[in-house]
Amino acid sequence: MSRVTRFAARDPGPAARMSGFVAHLRENGLRLGVAETALALDALTHVSAARPEEARRALRPICTGCKEEAERFDALFDGFWMDAGRVRTRVMPASKAKGHDAVHSSRDAKGEAAGGAGQATAPDGGDGAAESDGEGRLIATETRNLMRKDLRDLVRQEEIAAAEAVAARLGQALRDRRARRRRAARKGDRLHFRKIIRQSLATGGEPVRLFHRKRPDRAVRITALCDVSGSMTVYAQVFLAFLAGLMRSDPTADAYLFHTRLVRITEALRDRDAMRAIGRMSLMADGFGGGSKIGASLERFAATYARRLVDGRSVVLILSDGYDTDPPEALAAALAKLKKRGCRVIWLNPLKGWRDYAPIAGGMAAALPHLDLFAAAGTLADLAALEPELARL
Amino acid sequence: MSFQQLQHDMAGEGYVATDDLAMALHLMDVLERPILLEGPAGVGKTEVARALAGARGAKLIRLQCYEGLDASQAIYEWNYQRQLLTIRAASEAGETGRAVEDRIFSEEFLLERPLLAAIRQPKPPVLLIDEIDRADEEFEAFLLEVLSEFQITVPELGTIHATTQPLVVLTANGTRDLSDALRRRCLYTYLDYPDRETELAILRARCPGVEARLAGQVVGFVQALRREELEKVPGIAEMLDFAAALMGLGIADLTSDPAVLQSTLKTLLKTQVDQANVTTEVTQRLAGRAA
Repeated sequence: MSRVTRFAARDPGPAARMSGFVAHLRENGLRLGVAETALALDALTHVSAARPEEARRALRPICTGCKEEAERFDALFDGFWMDAGRVRTRVMPASKAKGHDAVHSSRDAKGEAAGGAGQATAPDGGDGAAESDGEGRLIATETRNLMRKDLRDLVRQEEIAAAEAVAARLGQALRDRRARRRRAARKGDRLHFRKIIRQSLATGGEPVRLFHRKRPDRAVRITALCDVSGSMTVYAQVFLAFLAGLMRSDPTADAYLFHTRLVRITEALRDRDAMRAIGRMSLMADGFGGGSKIGASLERFAATYARRLVDGRSVVLILSDGYDTDPPEALAAALAKLKKRGCRVIWLNPLKGWRDYAPIAGGMAAALPHLDLFAAAGTLADLAALEPELARL
Repeated sequence: MSFQQLQHDMAGEGYVATDDLAMALHLMDVLERPILLEGPAGVGKTEVARALAGARGAKLIRLQCYEGLDASQAIYEWNYQRQLLTIRAASEAGETGRAVEDRIFSEEFLLERPLLAAIRQPKPPVLLIDEIDRADEEFEAFLLEVLSEFQITVPELGTIHATTQPLVVLTANGTRDLSDALRRRCLYTYLDYPDRETELAILRARCPGVEARLAGQVVGFVQALRREELEKVPGIAEMLDFAAALMGLGIADLTSDPAVLQSTLKTLLKTQVDQANVTTEVTQRLAGRAA
C-alpha cells in the first residue's frame, strides 16, 4: 500500500490520469480491467467531474465490486487524487527492522493496509462484538505479540510440497461428494424409468432406448480456520504448510488465521509462488504467537464471512488446541451459530494425540457437542491418517 | 438530467435515496449498465427498483430468484397444452405436417416470462432481479449472457433482439458469494442501514402524521436497538411498522408506558431468541437514551 504511484498532476490528459488511477487501484488489489477505465471515463462525462465529491460518487460504483472494496475505495481515491499521488494509509511502524525488507515488497502491500477497521489485516477492528466491551480490548492489546514473526522461518519449501500432497488428498476426501438425488445423465449407474416409459410412447410402448441417471457431483466447499496463538506455535509449521497446500490444490477453498483477531488469508495464499504466499501471510498475521480469543474470532467469522461463504455444502475445519482466553460460553455460542448455517464442523486438535489427553479445557469441553468430528492432528502423518475418517463424514 | 433530479423524483415516490445511491442509479441509466445492490435484509433494496420505476413512469418487471430457478421459468416457455389441443384439432381437420408445426411454434404459443417480457416492452421498463444470490450458479452464468447481449435465442423461432434496453436492478444479501464476472458486469453499491438523518427523512416521508418528537424517539430507539446483539436486525420496514403501531395506540412519548412499548416490540424483533434477550430493562435503557 505504501507504493508511490505516478503523480496525477504530471500526466498529460484525463485519459492517462484515469488509467493511472485504475492502475493504482489494481496495485492495491482491486480487480479491474481495461473496460472499467473506459467506463469510468465515460461516467465522468455525465457528471460534474470537476467536483471531487461528485467524481468520487461516480467512480465508486464502477471501480468496486464488493463491500470490502467499497469500504477501501475512499482511502484509495484520496490517496491518488488528493495527495499528489502518495498513498495515504502508510501504517508501517517507523522502527521496523531492516532485516525483513524482502518480505515487504509491493506484492505484500495489501497486507500492510492495517489503517482502519474492516481492512485486510484488521477485519474485526472497531465495532466487532469482541471489542465492544472495553475490557476485551485491553486484554487483547496486552497479550498481542507485537514482535513480527516471519512465517517463512517456520515453513520450508520442501515441506510445502509434502503438505500440498497431503492437503490435496484430504481435500479430495472432504470435497468430492455426490448429490443424494439422482438426475438424468448420459451415463449413469441406474436406469431412469420414468424417462424410459415416457420416451417409449414414441415407439409404441416398446422401450427401445434406455436412459440413465446418476448422482451428480456436489463439491463441498472447505473453509479452514487456523489458530496461530502462542500455545500453537510448535504446531504452526505443520498447519500453515497444510493450509498453503490446501489452498493451492483447491481453488474454492477458503482460509483464515486467528489469534486475538481473525484475518482472511485466502487471497494471499493463492499466490503462485509458495514462499511469497507465506511471506504475505506473515504480514497479515502480525501479532502471531500472542494470546488467543477463539470464541471471539469464531463469533466474528460466523457473523461476517460465514454468512456469505458457508452453507449446507460446506465443511469448516478448525485447527486449534482449544486454549481460549474468552469464556467457554462464547465459543459454544459461536459454534452453535455456525452450525445453524448447515455446515459440518471438524476440529483438529494437536493435543488430542497426547497420551491421557481429555478435552477438559473449558473451551474445548464447550465446543465438543457442536462438532461433527474431533480428531488429533499434530504432524503431517497424523493429518494424512485422517483421510478415511473425513471421507466417511 | 442530473442525479439530483433523479433523487428528487424518487423522493416524490416516497423513497429517500442517499447521494451515493442516486448517483449510481443515474450512472446506470446513462451508461446502460445493470446495477448490483448489496446489503443486509431490510435496507430497502427491492424498494429502490419500485421507486425508480415510479420516478421514471416505467413498468416494473420482477423476477424473484430461488434455488432451482431455471431458464424456462425466467425467460420463456411453450404453451404445451395449447399446442396439443391445436395438433388434435388440426388432425381432425385433416391438416398435417409442416403447416401445423410452423403454427404451433409461433409467437402465439410462446409464454413470456420476466426476462423475455423485459426486452420486448415498447418503453424501457425496470427489471428487478431480486435475491440473485439465491439462484444457482448455473442460472447466474446464464443471466450474465442475457445481460450483456440483451437478446434471447429461441431455437424454434430464432433470436429475439431487445426492442428497448431495460434498466436492470439486481439485489443480493449475501446468501452466497456471487461470481466475479457478474460483479464486473454491474455497477456496484452497498446499501447499509441508514444514518439517523436519513432514517428520520424516511419516516417523515412514509408516515407524514407522526409528530416530530415521537419520530426522533422512534428513530433513536431503533438505531440503538440495531447496535445490540440481535439475530435479526430490524430493517426500515420494521421501523415503519413500529412507528405505525405506536401511532395507532395513541402513544406520544416512548417512555410513557413501558408495558405497551414492550408489547409493540413484536413489530421489530422477529425471532424468539431476540424477544427473550431484549427484556423490559434493555428496552427502558434504550428508550431512555433515545428520549
